[in-house]
Amino acid sequence: MSALIALLIRDMRLAVRVGGGALMGALFFLIVVTMMPFAIGPDLALLARIGPAILWLGALLASLLALDRLFATDHEDGSLDLLMMGPLPLELSVATKAIAHWLTTSLPLVVIAPLLGLMLNVEFHAMGWLALTLLAGTPALTFIGLVGAALAVALRRGGLLLAVLVLPLTVPVLIFGVAAANAAIVGPTPFGPPFTILCALSLASLVLGPIAAAAALRHGLE
Amino acid sequence: MQLKADELTCNRGGREVFRGLSFSLSGGEAVVVTGRNGAGKSSLLRMIAGLVRIAAGRLTLDSNNADTPIAEQAHYLGHQDAMKPSLSVRENLQFWTEFLGARRAVEPALESVDLARLADLPAAYLSAGQRRRLSIARLVAVPRPIWLLDEPTSSLDAPSQKRLAELMRGHLAGGGMIIAAAHGPIGLERARELKLGSA
Repeated sequence: MSALIALLIRDMRLAVRVGGGALMGALFFLIVVTMMPFAIGPDLALLARIGPAILWLGALLASLLALDRLFATDHEDGSLDLLMMGPLPLELSVATKAIAHWLTTSLPLVVIAPLLGLMLNVEFHAMGWLALTLLAGTPALTFIGLVGAALAVALRRGGLLLAVLVLPLTVPVLIFGVAAANAAIVGPTPFGPPFTILCALSLASLVLGPIAAAAALRHGLE
Repeated sequence: MQLKADELTCNRGGREVFRGLSFSLSGGEAVVVTGRNGAGKSSLLRMIAGLVRIAAGRLTLDSNNADTPIAEQAHYLGHQDAMKPSLSVRENLQFWTEFLGARRAVEPALESVDLARLADLPAAYLSAGQRRRLSIARLVAVPRPIWLLDEPTSSLDAPSQKRLAELMRGHLAGGGMIIAAAHGPIGLERARELKLGSA
């Protein structure tokens, strides 16, 4: 247990120190969402309607942005070897790293999303719902991306491969995330079904992601 | 305790590195693995550490806790130091000590490699030799019976090499084992030599 906590604290520390990825994700999110109204034009009704989709897409890209470094740095400096030789099952170490990544990269996105919603004319009462869908859905993004990050290390190919591998797998999360947000904001479909599916996607990837990522890392050893 | 390798074969990238390698090692003994570049010295160490698949053969460890995998009873000191530049010297060592499951203060270990003065400095500012010493401190901080050392003396100055030799002698005296890959002497007089590659 103390090994898990040590790894969690170390990864969170690294993320917020110089050169860490915590702030980059939030800044990227801010930039993407800010650019949208410039591209789409000042049609407030249109922005309000597609606002949730833009926020979800921004959060998706931002949370995958720093993910390719998740194992790459540990691989380059030899830490990954030692993580494998530790007393923890590799699956648990990998899951802990993903949790640290989610806490430092995705959680800030959830927190600032309501603020960015203002720029997209999303109604005030809807912000809470939107943040709730992001809170429920971003763990799925992190844990699906985890598999891609492990494969990228195993295959010795960097960032672009991660995007190509991972983005198609995140389509269901995106669909149900935006569906839940829209249902909460404009209706008339009920909020419950898409939201519970979103939660299910997160829980399933929470279990499957670390197993697949650990298998990829072990296979890529050699 | 005894580490026994029986007819080990190693394949890397479809190429056979070595085959039919057998040796055994008891507590308190050291082996220096020698051989030309590419003979498989590093591969052998990584194999014992569980980081390279054993293509054929068996590797067994007779010890009191036979259930624990060999990898969890071994320290691997590779070419990379596994230290994060943005963490301080103490934070780096503290993390590995806790992660590898030892509950003890890191100060004595830092003292033993003469890095106590630099404990609060970010590891980014360390020289190659100092980083190497920090990795060696990990071996001291977390007690594990098998030390796998890949070129342990590289980038160490003469006083540090002497200090490392003392640490290794202490480890052997405590019943530990050392398997080191090296091209030159590592400061252990009574180490056996295991020569890889007939070329």
